[in-house]
Amino acid sequence: MIEFKLNGKAVSSKADPNTPLLWVIRDEIGLTGTKFGCGVGMCGACTVHVEGISIRSCSFKLKMAKGKSVTTIEGLNNAHPLQAAWAQEQVPQCGYCQSGQIMQAATLLEANPNPTDEEIVQHMQGNLCRCMAYARIKKAIKVAATNTSSVQYFDPRSNADEGVMS
Amino acid sequence: MSSGEKQRVDIDTSRRHFLVASASASLVMAFAPSVTLAKQEGAAERVNQKRFSPTVWFEIDTEGKVLVNIAKAEMGQHVGTALARIVADELGANWDDIDIKHVDTDPKWGYMVTGGSWSVSTSFQMLSQAGAAGRIALVEAGAKLMSKKPEQCRVEQGFVVCQGDRTSFADIVRKGEISRTFTEEELAAIALKPSKEYSLIGKASKALDIPEKINGTAQYGIDVEIPGMIYARPIVPPTRYGNTVKSVDDSKAKSLSGYIGYKVLVDPSEHLHGWISVLADNYYTAIKAVDLIKVDYALSRFNQIDEQAVQEHARTLIQDEKKGALLINDGNVSTAKAQSKQVIEAEYTTSTVSHFQLEPVNATTEYKDGKWIIHTGNQWQSLTLPAVAKALGVTDDKVVLKQYYLGGGFGRRLFGDYAIPSALTAKAVGMPVKMVFTREDDSMFAQPRSSSVSHFKGTVAEDTSLLAVEHTISSGWPTLSMAPGFLAKGLNGEGQIDMFSASGADHWYSLPNHKVRVVNNSLANETFLPGWLRSVGPGWVNWGVESFMDELAHANGIDPVQFRSQLLDGKGKQAGDIPKNKNGALRLKRVLTRVAEKAEWGRALPEGEGLGIALTYGQERTMPTWVGVAAHVKVDKQSGEITLKKLWAVTDCGKVVHPDGAMAQMEGSLLWGVSLALHEQTKIENGHLADLNLTTYSPLRMDNMPELDIEFVESDEVPVGLGEPGVVAVAPAVGNAIYNAVGVRLRSLPMQAETLKAQLI
Ligand code: FES
Ligand code: FES
Repeated sequence: MIEFKLNGKAVSSKADPNTPLLWVIRDEIGLTGTKFGCGVGMCGACTVHVEGISIRSCSFKLKMAKGKSVTTIEGLNNAHPLQAAWAQEQVPQCGYCQSGQIMQAATLLEANPNPTDEEIVQHMQGNLCRCMAYARIKKAIKVAATNTSSVQYFDPRSNADEGVMS
Repeated sequence: MSSGEKQRVDIDTSRRHFLVASASASLVMAFAPSVTLAKQEGAAERVNQKRFSPTVWFEIDTEGKVLVNIAKAEMGQHVGTALARIVADELGANWDDIDIKHVDTDPKWGYMVTGGSWSVSTSFQMLSQAGAAGRIALVEAGAKLMSKKPEQCRVEQGFVVCQGDRTSFADIVRKGEISRTFTEEELAAIALKPSKEYSLIGKASKALDIPEKINGTAQYGIDVEIPGMIYARPIVPPTRYGNTVKSVDDSKAKSLSGYIGYKVLVDPSEHLHGWISVLADNYYTAIKAVDLIKVDYALSRFNQIDEQAVQEHARTLIQDEKKGALLINDGNVSTAKAQSKQVIEAEYTTSTVSHFQLEPVNATTEYKDGKWIIHTGNQWQSLTLPAVAKALGVTDDKVVLKQYYLGGGFGRRLFGDYAIPSALTAKAVGMPVKMVFTREDDSMFAQPRSSSVSHFKGTVAEDTSLLAVEHTISSGWPTLSMAPGFLAKGLNGEGQIDMFSASGADHWYSLPNHKVRVVNNSLANETFLPGWLRSVGPGWVNWGVESFMDELAHANGIDPVQFRSQLLDGKGKQAGDIPKNKNGALRLKRVLTRVAEKAEWGRALPEGEGLGIALTYGQERTMPTWVGVAAHVKVDKQSGEITLKKLWAVTDCGKVVHPDGAMAQMEGSLLWGVSLALHEQTKIENGHLADLNLTTYSPLRMDNMPELDIEFVESDEVPVGLGEPGVVAVAPAVGNAIYNAVGVRLRSLPMQAETLKAQLI
């Protein structure tokens, strides 16, 4: 039995420890927002976060998730700035790749709140969109970046009188 | 096609009534289910008459919420949003109250198919009338409630408003006892809104299917779970046809925990030859088990066939004048050739390509209350359902297809052959079965776009009356294998043609001498199942036509844009013959002029760069969308590497119902065009696709995306579809641009650096 955290909750699986995490999440736990596309780590439809890093769950064994914290599209609770940007830009066509696209993009913004076009392309290159919604995916990432970085935060370590731009 | 197929129930659109009636807790509006057996007319004729439009059914509940039922598959085109907007606009509903539902198969929906960009175009009139009839009934009922005359009332955002008084649709539904029938004549007499009064059509809107596709809740076929189901993975035989299973050794699989066993499938519908289904209590075990099971087959002869054999067969057929059927024979090509200065010849080819829809095919089957319920995303239920019924040995009414979002269609989910092994497995084991194909299985069971060969002969002539093009095309024909009732007759009723594999050749250029012969590549159809792939024939036909048009222009010493412009005179048959294609040639000329202007045709560019232009009228002459595409390429003369810098597209698709959706469709389809022009390629090897996964199959990714400049022509004409036409003008525009950049004419798709490099030196 392997235990890990999924979207903040403790879960466990009795599946073969070599089972790709994808099937455990989808078939055993029943969160089907994470998709199966190629099974060989080359389309990105199955992207989830393990300890905040985006991984391809089709090629990530259950045993490697042991004790780790896993987040899927459902774990964003419809509250991630990328999801708002995705709606604003009307990104999805068939939609099948989009959970993976959003999860992949989320780790980019986490590390780099203001990515350039090139950085976006580089980070998103492994995520295939067969409907070719690339123009909108790129645009939505920029929109989310702008929306997030313009939010003002109060930084207690700052000497400034007012909140600083995060 | 079985006789059952020929007698598909169809909606007799000439004798329908529209009903508006109070039902329990709602007001239902629907075309009377005047379902009749189709008249004794051929399927092709029915499609030409566009008689397969489904009925319309929507209802308003006591809260004023409007539910519009959609009998179309959602595969990325946001079809429900577009259709619901048409209804809601005439109805006068508040858009926030609208909801849509994608329905399961039922004869009352009439013929169910989603493809070929038909949906909006074929339904526009009917949906508008339905919405308008609903509005009239609501106004009458509302007026009565307020003791006013209907003439004194109008609708506004979900209310009936009468001289200062108003009552909501919700109130009317709650209080009203409505029962209203509109005859066909009454429906036809309703004056529909002029476009300047539209409040929803053509206005910005968010697609109704998008929220679910952003938070992971959208349900695709692959997400279905049925209590008590087991998992199956198929062992797909080495080629499509003719293999039989001699023996199966599953001894190695037996040690896997969760392994249940296997079944050799027997398919009375004869779509499956030599199939095995492997069962487990979880999918990963099923995946592993298949890899451990050894099967001994009696192999068919098609295991020897490769891409080259298929292409050579096409060439042989093209050379034999007696093969195939004539599509066009205008003027006299032979005389023109004999009298002209010179004849130029060219052969254009396209390689095999795959749909590679991102959701691998799958289907879940359960037997419940005497019916087989198939859960799967499908585009052409009226074609798939009878095949499944035949495989199960039951009548059509014993099978229901439950509809889900499609993780990409592109034509792979038209004929849902993937439902058959799922159904047969469930029948064999007597349990609900979820069958999922791995990507490799999906590719082994593909319906790839057949490779093609197109041969052209054209004249170089001072006398324009000697202008001639002789065009012969050979490819696999999807329609021949999957829906032969839809084959068209050749010229003078001689022979048969798959118009889905010939469209594009009957173009809008006025050529005084023009001959087109279309030949089925029988070896392709015998070896694999050629698929309808997004836009189908124009994908290869238009590649040849629009590239050769440039060759002809250059050979005749005329600028390619001017050359096309002269030939788009709109005379004779090129004036169009139905409302949808009226002034076809001139509409095409208009997008040509505009796209040339936008791309600044004729401007000077740096060394190694060039512009190219190509046109398309989309899917077919009777369902046209007018598109002009310009491409700006840069060629690296050392490596032959081709960079597509920018694409311009100007589209005339009539009235645009859902502008943002239309824009998205164009973006996606143009990039599909780029992918097919420069990136995607596979081949037939040992009778099946050589490239089974992304390790070697390479659709366009984000890094190779060109800049896009897309414009729609403002128009009040009948709206037409958009899913297909963007795809097919890109390749020839790019090819023409490469020629203008470096003087090399590429004639095979995809266009590759190595081929170009070889010709540069
Ligand atoms: S399914 Fe995991 S990367 Fe494609
Ligand atoms: S939206 Fe269809 S694959 Fe990306």
